[in-house]
Parts: sequence; C-alpha cells; structure tokens
Amino acid sequence: MDIIAALMDGLWIAVQPHNLALAVIGVVVGLFVGALPGLGSVNGVAILLPFTFVINEATADPAAPMIFLAAIYYGAMYGGAISSITLGIPGASTAVATTFDGRPMALKGQADRALVTAAIASFIGGTVATLFFTGFAPALSAVALDFGNPEIFALMLLAFATFVGLGGDDIPKTLFSIFFGLLLATVGFDTISGEPRLIFFNDREQAAVMEAVGASTDAVPFFDSVGWFSRGIQFLVLAIGVYGIGEMLWTINASRYKITMSETTISGRRILSGIAGMRDAWKGTTIGSLLGFFVGILPAAGATPGSLMAYGVAKMTSRNPRSYGEGNPDGVAAPEAANNSASTGAMLPMMTLGIPGSPTTAVLLAGMVIWGLEPGPRLFEDRPEFVWPLIGSFYISNLVAVLVNLAFIPLFLAVLRMPFTILAPVIFVLSVIGTYAAYDNMYDVWLMVLFGIGAYFLRILDYPLAPAVLAVVLGTTAEEKMRQSLLLSDGDFAIFWNPFFDRDGKGQEWWIAPVTTWIALVLIALPVILWAVRTKRARRVAA
Amino acid sequence: MRRAEFVTATLLALLSVYLMWKAGEGPEWDTEYVHWANTGINIDGSGPGKGFWPFYLALGMLVSCLWILVNAIRRASPPSRSEEPFLDGYAKRMLLLVGGGLVGFLILIDLVGMYAAIAVFMLYYMLILGRHPLALSLATSVVVPFWLYLFFDIVMTKVQPKGLRWIEDAIYTPAGEFFRGQPLLVIALFFLVSGAVLAVTARRARY
Repeated sequence: MDIIAALMDGLWIAVQPHNLALAVIGVVVGLFVGALPGLGSVNGVAILLPFTFVINEATADPAAPMIFLAAIYYGAMYGGAISSITLGIPGASTAVATTFDGRPMALKGQADRALVTAAIASFIGGTVATLFFTGFAPALSAVALDFGNPEIFALMLLAFATFVGLGGDDIPKTLFSIFFGLLLATVGFDTISGEPRLIFFNDREQAAVMEAVGASTDAVPFFDSVGWFSRGIQFLVLAIGVYGIGEMLWTINASRYKITMSETTISGRRILSGIAGMRDAWKGTTIGSLLGFFVGILPAAGATPGSLMAYGVAKMTSRNPRSYGEGNPDGVAAPEAANNSASTGAMLPMMTLGIPGSPTTAVLLAGMVIWGLEPGPRLFEDRPEFVWPLIGSFYISNLVAVLVNLAFIPLFLAVLRMPFTILAPVIFVLSVIGTYAAYDNMYDVWLMVLFGIGAYFLRILDYPLAPAVLAVVLGTTAEEKMRQSLLLSDGDFAIFWNPFFDRDGKGQEWWIAPVTTWIALVLIALPVILWAVRTKRARRVAA
Repeated sequence: MRRAEFVTATLLALLSVYLMWKAGEGPEWDTEYVHWANTGINIDGSGPGKGFWPFYLALGMLVSCLWILVNAIRRASPPSRSEEPFLDGYAKRMLLLVGGGLVGFLILIDLVGMYAAIAVFMLYYMLILGRHPLALSLATSVVVPFWLYLFFDIVMTKVQPKGLRWIEDAIYTPAGEFFRGQPLLVIALFFLVSGAVLAVTARRARY
C-alpha cells in the first residue's frame, strides 16, 4: 500500500503545471531529436543537459530537471520510428529494427498504419515497463542498501564486463574505450590524497604556452581558464564532444547531406483505422513490452539490442515468419514496444544502484550528481520527493508522448524535410553554448570540440565510444570504491573475489561481491572462450 | 583505412606509455620523491597510492592498443581489411570546411562575443556550405542567436562571453540595458515575433 500511496503523491506532483509543461516540452524535443537521423536520445539528453541547470534553479523542484530529461528520453524512443518508416533510415539506433517492417509497410502505402502501430506499441511498452519499474525499484534499492564498497565496485566491474562480453563490438577497442574513459576521470585532483595528478601543465608551463601562442589572459582571453587540466575533465565536455560534434561530423560524412523521404498523408480517420489495426500487432507488442524491460536492465544492453531481440523473438515465434520483412505490423510493434520498455528498464539500475547501463542513463546519472542528488539505494529512502514524482512522470510522459505523437505526425514529417545544412550548424551552436553555460569556461569549450573531432576519427575506425562516456561518469566512484575496499583489506584483492575473506575480523562470509566479480570475469573471458570453442570446432570439421 | 588503423593504434599506444610515465610522477614540491613510488598497491599500510589506478588504466590502454595492432596485422578487424581511404576527398573537404568553421567560430567568440560569433557561423554554414538563399540565411543567423540571447542572457541570466571590450560596449551593453528591464511577457513577444519573421522568410524561400 505504501508504494501505491507514494505513487499517487508522485503522480499528483508530476501533473503540477510546471512539471506537466516540462514533460510536454521534453517529449516534443525528444520526438524531434529521435526522428532526425543522426541524433538519438543520448545526443538530445547530452546537448540539453546544461539547460536543466537553469530549470533546476528556476523551479526549485528537485524532480523537475529529471522529468524534462526523462521526457526527452521517452520522446526520442517514439520519434525514432517516424524516420525509420518514412525515410527508411532509422532516426536513432534504437529504431533500426523498426525499419525492417516499417519501411516495407510505407512502400506499400501503409505508412500511416505503421506510424500509428509504432506509437501505440510504444505507449503499451512504456506503460508496462513503468508498472514493472514501480514494483521492482523500491525492492531492489532496499536490497542494495546493504552493499558496501567491494559490492559496488564489483557491480561497476560487471557493467564494464558486459560491454566486453555482450557489446558485440571489437573487443580490444571496447577495452581501450573503457580504460581511456576511466583514465580521463582521474585527471585533476586525487579525491583521496588531495594531490594533483595528470595535470600535464603546471602554472609555469601553462604561462609559457600562452606566451608562445601570443595570447594573454588580459588582451584576448583564449583558453581563459587558470589551471587547465587541474580542473579535471568534466563529463559533459566528453559527452557533448562525442555526441554533439563527433556524431554530427560522422553523420554529415555518411549522409552527405542527402536524405530522401517517402510521401505520407495522415488524417484523423486514418489514425482511427490504424488504432483498430492494432489487433494484428498485439503479439509483437506483448513480446516487446516484456522482453524489452529485462534486456533494458542489463548493463550495456539497453534499447537497441532490446528492440533487435524482440524483433527476432517475434519473428521466431510467429506462425508466418516469412511475412516479416515484407511489412508485418507485428514486426513494427515488437521493436517499438521493446525500445520504450527497455529505456525504462535501463533506469532501474541507474536509480537504485547508481550504475547506469547505457550512455543515455549515464548522462542522466551525471545530471543527477550535478543537481546535488546521490543516485543509489539511499535515493529511495532519503529523497522520496525526487523519486516518486519522477516515477509518476514516467506514466504521464508516456501518455503525453503518444498523444503528441499521434496529433503532430504531419508536423514532424514537415520538420524531417528540414535540410541537414540548417540542422547541423544549430546542433554545433547548441553544443558550444551549452558547454559554456555549464562551466563558464572557454577552455572546456575548446576541449569539447577537440574531443568531438577525435571522436569522429575513432568512430570511422570502429572504436565504440559509449563505454568511454559511461566510464567517465563511473570513473571517480569506481576508483574511490576500489581504493576504500583495498584499504579495508590491506591491499589484498581477495576482498573482491573470495567470499571467505574476513573483512571485519568476525569471520562473516560475503557472497555478493565475489559472485558479481566472478560473473564479470567470466563475461570478460567469454569472447576468448567462444573463440577457442569455434577454432576447435573448425579444426575438427577440417580433420 | 588499413594504414590509419596502424597509425592510430600506434599513436594511442605512445599516448598510453606517456600517461603511464605521468601517473608515476610525484608532487612538484617533493624533491626526494622517487618516480613510480605512488603507483604501489599498499603504501605504508594506507592502500594504493594516487598513481596506482591511472598507471594500471594506462597499462590497460597500452595492452589494448597492442592487441588492436596484432588484430590489424592478422587483418582481423574490418578497418584493417578495408581498401577504402580513411578520409576520401569529400570527407577531407568536409572536415576542413566544417571543422575549420568550428575552430573559427571558437576564436570569434573571444573577439566578438558568443552571439555575434553564432551569427557569423550560422551565416557561413547556411550560405556557403548549405547554399541556401541569402534572405533565409540572414534571417536564421540573426534569429537563432537572438533566441539564445533571450534565453541565456536575459531570462536565465546565464551570461555568455561578450568579446573585446569595445564590442561589448557597442553592442551587448545597450542590448542588455534594453532587454533586462522588460517583463517576461514582452520577452516572449520578441521571441514569437522573431520566430514569425523566420517562418515567413522560410516560406517565401519555399522551404
């Protein structure tokens, strides 16, 4: 009953005019961001995170900034389908699977039906997942309250290990990305000893560089910051660099500004007939809603694999699998329900354990830290005035998203015709002004653009960058938890892997950290094991 | 692409070695410090030193880079098998024009302030790279920074750089004096009217 009462309170706060307005604006922004090719939820959330600092100050409501960002997240999941269906290219990676059947439906003249199916399936997926979230989150956070430093470090290790074991990207490049992100988080001052490290330029060297480039802080304030790297590398500098600048450069190069769209007309009558047509898509919706949530919870999985997996399962269990890929409504409903469901699922470990599983939730987590909240199990105990309105807003945002989506499909279609040569400079400008607004410092803006250009080069060479973004967010906490654990064990790593390691001299057994560590180690070793098995099998076949 | 794979992995490996070295450095004021001393796991019974974590992370980066190089030699990764150029003619030109434009934009911020720099950058991008009509390019490059100015500087008082002193005095100070005194409703009206101007220009240009 407690949960229901708390949820009702939360819903009441979520429908307050300022929160409702933020949810509507967030959903509309998210729909645009999701629909525009080259931009997904993570780009929208990263580029617009600096705007939430002002929302935080203006509303004085702890949940308001997060309601805005979560609405963008949801909106983007809905929006991805619009371009997948009408343009044939996914608006975001989360909507890749939607193109498989959405595009054939559009080519058969059923674009309106596909769009309505996607919207309704998204709504059902999102709502089912929010119900699960409401049930699971308080229970999980109650369990997590007993976690100590070794447990939390082990969970972080697991989050990174899943990227290696299940990420599907080039393994050494994924590992490089994780190590690099964690290392960036160590730049600046060591939180435990308080000493500077990896600051590269001391004051004297910095002054010499300034003199060499002919700039001085008095005349022209290039790099106007004092103590460049001793400020540390701010998370948003990397996130906006990668997702604002790098991704945009990559999209410009890949699309060459040329995107063509199939003509679609939509009317109230067509929307109604589309809703009636949902009876052909109930199976995909159910599979997507259920599967998506649990895949979303897993670190490194999230909405993209969730939607692909849901599509696969829907096809596999279908009586007529051949109709998939030819324009089957179930093939649109399954991935769309799944990506919405997974995006809610991904919030579960972020909110209850403080460990994000995807780049978008990593940005959300970083935002929470900046607004002065401490994500993790204590959040549910200490900050109910933040948690429950946010959960309430999940329900509201879903409803707002489906209504806005259905009502304004023609408008979104018009916006999708906007030339990329107008959109791209706007994104660049928002990235620059957002970074400056966040840190009041041109040095961070320069660093952000340099990261962006670097990210573009690495992206061409297939280096996955999402693990680096995640690692920068988790880096400081991961190091702190590891060092505090080792302090407890006198530098003995057995505290992480041995359940019989005596932590407090009372002979107690500790199972959570070791089990998690071992799962993480198996996941890291998994690709090597699979490779060995495959080679052995190949040899046997050859023999 | 193959050559780029080798060059990038080698450069990143060198960076890793440099970072390992830097991680072992001690504080500037400690003249008796021996290099690498702070990378130990249990220094004087008080756990790992401040260089421990960065040192082993950089080592992890180095090992990953060597692995990437081995894969590249074995042609196991798609870029190392690709015969396509790393950056073709279009990509090089795009990088020069867009990346160069961005760098120019950042330099301009220090000279003419954030909003004037945005106007110049938008105009450059739309007119020269996008080849949009002059009227639309001009309207967009005035309205977009104007909106951002109203949002950041006026409504949220999140002040952005204003460039050289005489430019600040000539443009931004009078603008600030005019807009800061206005009620929120008037600001919203300015926002909407400028948006309408943009919409009309776009329609006339058949967008």
